[in-house]
Amino acid sequence: MTATSSATASGRGFLAPNGKGLFGWIFSTDHKRIGLLYMYAVLTFFLVGVSLGVAIRLELIAPGETIVSAETYNTLFTLHGVIMIFLFIIPGIPAIFGNLFLPIHIGANDVAFPRLNIFSWWLYITGATIILVSLFTGGGPPDTGWTFYVPFSTETTTNVPLAVFGVFVLGFSSILTGINFVTTVHRLRAPGVTWGRLTLFVWALYATAWVQILATPMLAITLALIILERFLGAGLFDPTKGGDPIMYQHLFWIYSHPAVYIMILPGMGIVTDIIPVFARKPVFGYWAIAFSSIGIAAAGSLVWGHHMFVSGMSDMAILVFSLLTFIVAIPSAVKVFNWVATLYKGSISLDPPMLFALSFIFLFSIGGLTGLILGSAATDVAVHDTDFVVGHFHYTMFGGTGFAFFAGMHYWFPKIYGRMYNKKVASLAWGIMFTGFNILYFSMMILGLRGMPRRYYDYLPQYTNLNVVATVGSWILVAGMLLMFLNLLRGARSGEPAGDNPWGALTLEWTLSSPLPAENFPTVPVVERGPYDFDEGIQRP
Amino acid sequence: MTEQAHAPIPYRIFVVVWVLLLTLTATTVAVSRIHLGPLNIWAALGIASLKSALVIFFFMHLKYERLFFKLFLLIALVTLATFIGLTFFDVLYR
Amino acid sequence: MSDAGHSATHKDYTGAKLGMWLFLFTEVILFGGLFVLYAVYLDRYPSEFGSAAQELNLWLGTANTVILLTGSLLVAVSVSAIRRGSRGLAQWMLWGAVFTGAFFLFNKYLEWSKEIGHGIYPNSPVLLRKEHGEVIFFGLYYITLGLHGLHVLVGSVLLAVMAIWVRTGRINREDFVTLENSGLYWHLVDLVWIFIFPLYYLLL
Repeated sequence: MTATSSATASGRGFLAPNGKGLFGWIFSTDHKRIGLLYMYAVLTFFLVGVSLGVAIRLELIAPGETIVSAETYNTLFTLHGVIMIFLFIIPGIPAIFGNLFLPIHIGANDVAFPRLNIFSWWLYITGATIILVSLFTGGGPPDTGWTFYVPFSTETTTNVPLAVFGVFVLGFSSILTGINFVTTVHRLRAPGVTWGRLTLFVWALYATAWVQILATPMLAITLALIILERFLGAGLFDPTKGGDPIMYQHLFWIYSHPAVYIMILPGMGIVTDIIPVFARKPVFGYWAIAFSSIGIAAAGSLVWGHHMFVSGMSDMAILVFSLLTFIVAIPSAVKVFNWVATLYKGSISLDPPMLFALSFIFLFSIGGLTGLILGSAATDVAVHDTDFVVGHFHYTMFGGTGFAFFAGMHYWFPKIYGRMYNKKVASLAWGIMFTGFNILYFSMMILGLRGMPRRYYDYLPQYTNLNVVATVGSWILVAGMLLMFLNLLRGARSGEPAGDNPWGALTLEWTLSSPLPAENFPTVPVVERGPYDFDEGIQRP
Repeated sequence: MTEQAHAPIPYRIFVVVWVLLLTLTATTVAVSRIHLGPLNIWAALGIASLKSALVIFFFMHLKYERLFFKLFLLIALVTLATFIGLTFFDVLYR
Repeated sequence: MSDAGHSATHKDYTGAKLGMWLFLFTEVILFGGLFVLYAVYLDRYPSEFGSAAQELNLWLGTANTVILLTGSLLVAVSVSAIRRGSRGLAQWMLWGAVFTGAFFLFNKYLEWSKEIGHGIYPNSPVLLRKEHGEVIFFGLYYITLGLHGLHVLVGSVLLAVMAIWVRTGRINREDFVTLENSGLYWHLVDLVWIFIFPLYYLLL
């Protein structure tokens, strides 16, 4: 007796109540439920982060103090960064879509360590709670920027220790997910799922997991040292005691630069899985893309000093890190070429997932190219700590990972909920978001080139016009996002039932029912072809 | 199904390794009492690496594990070495 | 019930070990951060590091090295023992290892009482009057050895739990990977000390 692949026959699949109520969710060891638990938590914090961003832009709509004091402004951008980075972008795609689909992509019934998996989620919730508590206790929310540079982080009276401890706990959530995913990919592949038949999403998650394992502990020790410095005063970063504040920056960025690859690689993986489906063509250069994921992870671990060109680091280090930074652009470019080559002579269908995936290529390329301006030390000196940097990382992290996240949401939505959202509204929301995004962040890059510093709540009168433009752009962007989320919510509640494979894709999740069944594969699947073999004339539904 | 990677390791192998470790400990203490300038730290690290290899390969069974375990350990160690090495491009040239 | 369902309840021995080794890598990097700092500051303050090290008790440090190495021996033997079905020997070895952990921590208490008694601890007036290099040495000393001591404590507790599980049969000849993994953790703690010892105690 096989599990039926019809959604209507099995009801709501893994979504159906299993008799344990809430406990059947928050103590579930089912990777699919855990993926959704992460999704709801992550999106909640994303919306908080968006609100903080809106508040920041409201303050910046006019020079001088507009809606908040300078001190409050410092806490706004600190929290915006901490929440967006540690609660949305870093965990986002791996913990949500990785949990939902990694086991299915390799033909497994779950991850290698299911109990560790739900424990990771609880660590996420705990870390998030600790950060929330830090807002209302001690000296109030931290005001150091998400980078917690010494000496300010060791001197300020705000509740840095608790907030930093929250991030510390989140780091463990990330590490455990990484350990789980590496072990899963090595040990749980179904027969026929060779390394050469893994989806490129899985390759991306695998590379990401290695970075989570090897880089995150550096963050852990760095954060622990901030807390210890505040309580013990050992002086390891304090020049009056013989310490070197630049060493803090080294330790911090040894994690935080690879962290941006934790952020972008899974997004690239989603885009790589989506494009062949909506271009109806096999992906161009499978092995090039697979190895470029590993290459980005490896090379990206060597470049952290490019955040420190003006810190007082030696000229030799500036030279070395700048050179290494240019090298890491190469595997990223390989991916862009391969995506474009996949599109060439494809039969393109501009469904919402494809719109997000295509705009990812455009936005990430802008982000990546502006990264070269920052990676070149001479030009960096002019734009370091200006809005140019802020524009750059929003193009990569938001235009890149964020849009890839939305692409994944629109692609896998019918598989998760068994319903389809309104595609026209989704496309409209995309268009509004794309417009607002570019108005907001391109303005910032121009402002930065003209000298506007980042993390300042005030600015010279000559920057006013572009700041107004940027703020209006933020409203357009947020309006688009709200429309997008409302459309998806309505789709989940009352959208048309979606079939098992509305997009005509070839990866394993589309052979299962929509919504996904409670048990993935009652009989072990045997895989005999690659995930992108569109040559066999498979019809688009 | 219980997969066994290897037979249980004989106790005497562990005892031999332990004796070697104690010998190396005595050696490192003795060598450290001689003034060798900058060579002291490298001698100490070298002996510590030898001791570590014994612990890793025998006490931790890595000698008997599959190749990819050893490869992964190498990756982790190279990563740490790279972190230290690249940092020294800054510190040595200030 | 399918194969897939069975695999959920039966352990993947290699997978469990792989997961543990990956976790050990995170510990290597965690301590690695402190070793990065040590390397940098040793290069900056070579003679002050040497003078500061004279304050440490070489004999207690050496004794602690021997103690941890012996603990590792006992743990390694306990794994072979359980695989041969020698439950009694395994338990003796594990409790012996727990004792080495306790002995180590006791020695550490003796050392630190003396050093703190001399007024040498982070941010102390006595310490702050010393050279910068010595202040940094002791800052790293307390943080690194403190973090390590915490791991010794956790490892000892873990081994005690393993000893109990051997007695109850939860760990046995067929299913011993949890013991093996706990052993790996203990060995890591030993490895970190193998580097701490010369870097802090043996400088001239």
